[in-house]
Amino acid sequence: MRSLLSPPPPDGLPRLLCGLAADGGQVGIHDHLSRWGALRLSHVGPGLIDWIEQSGLVGHGGAWFPVATKWRSVRGRLLNRPVVVANGAEGEPLSSKDALLLTRLPHLVLDGASLAAAAVGATRIVVYVPERLVRSVRAAVADRQKLAIDPVPMEILAAPDRFIAGQESSVVNAIEGRAALPSFVDIRPVRQQGVGGRPTLVQNVETLAHVALIARFGPEWFRGIGPSEAPGTMLLTITGRWAGPRIIEAPLGAPLRSILELPDDQSSRFWGALLGGYGGGWVEMGTLLDLTLSEPAAREMGATLGAGIVALLPRSTCPLVETAKVVRYLEQQSARQCGPCVNGLSEVARLCEVLASSSQWLPEGIKPILELCDLIEGRGACRHPDGAARFIRSALRVFGADVKAHLEGRPCGGVRTAPPSSPRGRSYRRVGAR
Amino acid sequence: MRRRLTLKVDPVSCDGHGVCAELIPERISLDRWGYPIVDRDELPDHLHDHAARAVRACPRLALHVVEGVR
Repeated sequence: MRSLLSPPPPDGLPRLLCGLAADGGQVGIHDHLSRWGALRLSHVGPGLIDWIEQSGLVGHGGAWFPVATKWRSVRGRLLNRPVVVANGAEGEPLSSKDALLLTRLPHLVLDGASLAAAAVGATRIVVYVPERLVRSVRAAVADRQKLAIDPVPMEILAAPDRFIAGQESSVVNAIEGRAALPSFVDIRPVRQQGVGGRPTLVQNVETLAHVALIARFGPEWFRGIGPSEAPGTMLLTITGRWAGPRIIEAPLGAPLRSILELPDDQSSRFWGALLGGYGGGWVEMGTLLDLTLSEPAAREMGATLGAGIVALLPRSTCPLVETAKVVRYLEQQSARQCGPCVNGLSEVARLCEVLASSSQWLPEGIKPILELCDLIEGRGACRHPDGAARFIRSALRVFGADVKAHLEGRPCGGVRTAPPSSPRGRSYRRVGAR
Repeated sequence: MRRRLTLKVDPVSCDGHGVCAELIPERISLDRWGYPIVDRDELPDHLHDHAARAVRACPRLALHVVEGVR
């Protein structure tokens, strides 16, 4: 099955990003093929799933689900003509790694989508990307069509710019022409019955890019970096450290201290960081620097690596104000479909604002906030309320001293500061690898 | 083989009518907004009929008895 023999695998780091064009442009299909070699997709079958299993690849969209498990489940329903979706919606405002791949290295992603289709026996591929990226991705797909690379045709669908647009069932709804909102899929997961009732593999675009390399260089190569229980590399979007977001391909298991390259005297400039984005959690600076890049380690700290976000929070801001802004954003981004999410997020967002502004006394302290977190968790069709609850709990835990100050009505200097989020339409000039 | 059954609510369809909590209070209570909080433990045999009745009575068809316990 190993279909490529000539070009060598990347030795060390970076892997995905080693082919980036220096001029910041898109790597065209010819450059892509000369760097990585061609795939003989007609020779790819379920054997690729074994390779992926041996490689230990997990999903990089935020859920950290074993990729092979999902593929096997879809492959098991081969007769129902599976559908593959390359999910590049990236609704999380702090993340821009998927957009980087789609704009500059689209053929790694599209190789991965075609490989996935071949491995699970899919007869339809949908590439789901934000509106602003549709044109460049469409051009990349057209270039591949001229060379007849992909046996299964690729459609492109614009994802709305919304936090939950990339959620698995939202994606299925979008493809079926409905609003890109989650639906209740607990009883029938989309990998069993998704688009048009067909088994549907929704896979993040970074995950697919890793697949493009595993198919070429094999699982042993993939496991050559990172700890054996969670090997490989991951793309991180780091904000607050440099001017503008920077995307770094980091080895799993590496200490955050080395990834962030923060001299000791610099680290005191930050409270800590938000790990995993708006559905993740705050981690205090000392803990952050000692943390190794692994999902279990992040979970132990009450956070998640999510889709690979490290958003540093400068000490010039009030952490509770930043928290309240994010909670309000999450409330506004609710699909407004599930009662506990609609009601709970709106109440908890208000209480977080009260806490942040100290404008009103909270007679019971943070107790009602924590109760609302308990009340919304696990009660939505998607994980949106769960992420909000994790985020809020982490803030109250990590910024306990600030909570106390706010409750006692002591002044806070951070009220007038800007949110930690970066606006859309970021530039990708600052790309490095570590 | 004995089937392990549990109740599950589809929160998208659910409008918080609250009928379910009246028909099977052993397993479903209502939150402060009137939406059901469903016990995810396995349904004991003596509650199967109550559960089935609650499922049929839901005006939104949002309540389900499913196999497997989470």
